[in-house]
Formats: sequence, C-alpha cells, structure tokens
Amino acid sequence: MVIAVASGKGGTGKTTIAVSLAQYLSEQREFPVLISDADVEAPNAHLFLKPDFSEYKEVSLPVPGVDQDLCTSCGTCADVCQFNAIVLLKDQPRVFPSLCHGCGSCTLQCPEGAIQEIPRPIGRLDRGLSPGELHLRQGILNEGEPLAVPVIAALKKWQGEPSPEVEIVDSPPGASCPVVEAVRGADYVLLVTEPTPFGLHDLKAALQVTRELGLKAGVIINRVGLGEEDIHGFCQEKSVPVLMEIPLKRKIAEGLARGKGLLEIDPDFRDRFAVLWQKIGSSSLGVAR
Amino acid sequence: MKVAISTNSKDPDVEFSDRFGRCRYFLITDSTQEDWKEVENPAIDAQGGAGTQVVQFLANQGVDAVISGRYGPYAYEALQAAGMEAYLGNSGSPRKLLADYQAGNLATTSGPTGEGFHGGQGRGFGGRGSGKRGQGGRGRRGRGRGGRGQDGEW
Repeated sequence: MVIAVASGKGGTGKTTIAVSLAQYLSEQREFPVLISDADVEAPNAHLFLKPDFSEYKEVSLPVPGVDQDLCTSCGTCADVCQFNAIVLLKDQPRVFPSLCHGCGSCTLQCPEGAIQEIPRPIGRLDRGLSPGELHLRQGILNEGEPLAVPVIAALKKWQGEPSPEVEIVDSPPGASCPVVEAVRGADYVLLVTEPTPFGLHDLKAALQVTRELGLKAGVIINRVGLGEEDIHGFCQEKSVPVLMEIPLKRKIAEGLARGKGLLEIDPDFRDRFAVLWQKIGSSSLGVAR
Repeated sequence: MKVAISTNSKDPDVEFSDRFGRCRYFLITDSTQEDWKEVENPAIDAQGGAGTQVVQFLANQGVDAVISGRYGPYAYEALQAAGMEAYLGNSGSPRKLLADYQAGNLATTSGPTGEGFHGGQGRGFGGRGSGKRGQGGRGRRGRGRGGRGQDGEW
C-alpha cells in the first residue's frame, strides 16, 4: 500500500506527518515500512530519520550526441524536438543539454542513425536503514537542474529489499508535474494544510490534482490556532474527510526544531496515528488492529 | 543584410520590446526604412527553450542581425552558433533603432543579458533572481509554486 503525503503550500508539515506515520507503523513491527522522500529539491526526511545510507544510484537523462560524419544536416532532429533543445544552425545540429527532457525523439527519428544517447547526470538516489527498522530512500536533484520528474520517477522505480508492505511517499510542495509524479499511483493521499489563507488556497490546488488523478484523499490540518481560515467548511463542501488536527503548540515546534518526530515529542500521538491508520490504511491492507 | 527587431506591435513607430525570446513579433527589414515585414514569434508560449527556437526561426528567415534588449543564456549561445550579430537596443521604436543601427550607434552584446525562462516545472525556476540586468543570476529556489518573476519575466 502506498500513502502519499502532499500539501500544495510548502512548510505545512508534510515531512513531519510522513515521518511520524512511518515511525508509528514501523514500531508495530508487523510489516516492513519504507519512506520515499520524493521532495528531490530539498529532501530532508533523513534529518528526522538519521539513516545509514548503504546504497546509491545515479539518475541521468539520455541527451543526444550527434555524429557529424553521419549527419546530413537534414534538420529532422530540430523539427521533432518539442523542447527546442536541438536546433540546426549553419547546417550544424546544436544540442542544448539542459533544455533536453531525454524523450529520445531525435534519436528515433534521425534518418541517418547519426544520434547516440549520452547519459547526462541530473541527480542521485540513496537508500538505507534508519533506527527502528525503518527503510528510507530519497532522490536528490542536482543543483541548477530544472527537471525533478525523472528523479522522482527513478526513485519510485528503484527496487530494494525487503519489498515494503507500506510505502509512505513524501511529496514535494506545489501542484505541478513533480507532485503529480510523486502522488501518482498512491492508494491514499494525505493533504497537509494549515488554517491560513495560503494553506487553504494551495490545498484547493493540491486537491484538484488528486481529483484529476482519481486518487483518494483526506486532509490533515496542522498548526490549528494559527489562523482563522475555514478548512473544515471547505472540506465539507468538497466531501473530503478531515483526518487529523494538530494544534499550534510551542512544545511541538521546539521538538520538531530539534529533529524529533511527533511520537517522540508527545507519546499521545501514538493513539492519534493509530486512529489515522485505522481510517486510511488498515482496511485496504487487511491488517487486524 | 536582414535585421530583426523584437517588438510587441506590428507598427515600426511603436516602442520596441526588450524581450528577445518572448516578444510578440519580430519586425524584419533589409535595412531600408520602407520595407518592414512582421512575423509572429512562434516561441512566445514555448514551455522552455524559447530563445533557441527563436534563433532557429530567424536563421531560417535569413536574418543576419537582431536588435533586442534581454538575451537569455541559451539564446545568446544559439545566436553565436548561428553567426548572428546581437545588438542592444535601449529604448525607442524599431524605426529609430534601425536608424541607430545604421548610424553605427548600437553596441553588440558580449554575453547573455537576461535570465531567460526555463522549464516552468515545479517551483521557482525562471526569472526570480536579483533582477539586476546583465547578471543572468540563477533563479532562487522558492518553496511556492510556479516562478513568475518580479520583473514580469515569467
């Protein structure tokens, strides 16, 4: 079962929820739990989980390399490129690697077979075990690289041992391609928000994404007391369940700032995550609880 | 000698546009003041690579020199590859800029002069740097969505 944690607005507490839920499930010792940090521009679940990374994999995009001896300057490559990453100037194909999405069209369409694909590294994947038998894998997009999606896709495809019964995906913020890639295929999406105009505004966009993708979603309201925005009203109107509310408390903020998960900050959260899991997970997993 | 000037109007007497990759039109002339040909910029809504697409387009039109204001890094590289001279206009209509060019009063650029817009995916790429001309700084990584710059450069 895959549970994705997304938000729209950044900084609402996605990682806090993802990590705490994963820690709760892992504590139960009933099945292997994996957390996938897909926030590849700023993966930081590892700061909570302090894993021992033991595996590593490079992520690259196949960019065209043109064999000038075979090239007849027909311009087909430039015509088929949807990203303007290859242009024909002065009868010479010119490749702009950082514009290339690695789609392979130019390579396929070149009538002379003059194009070979050269892997261009854009990021990396890490995998390892955290204390408490919690498995973590994360993607990292190299600085300055524009395409997060291929790194997220590679992360989700990267198989490892043991294969997890439950996977928690920590999504990037926003409501565009990287988020779509991160939540795609999830059995449930937890949308974390806060009762501010920004939280509500971006929740609407994030919910729209889950609806477009046909995914089940529920809302977690974090920092209740921070603002007056009527998240409940919105959720009722859209028939989305509010699954959990976390109050704005100094004790929680201080604990998080020290890298502690919610369970460590306040043991009462165990019961609350048990209820959350009851609502979203146990039924589809068939685990008696 | 064909010259293309970036603009948002088909009228050669209306202020030019200093955006190279994402202006609305190019006014192309063979250096006479009378004969202006307007072409729509095919890259205005490009997701990325507007600069390279524009250079390809203008090269296909047989353009030898361009007059604009902000050339992104890929546009600049492509202009170099195409052997096109890139002149810097400051202000004025295409007609005035053409006269400036003919009088030898326009300088060519020796590097990119704009940040360009790249990608449009995810957060904060494109046009969000310090906004200082001629620096071509990197977009700041924003935690929000999109990347609409303060200076109107997407």
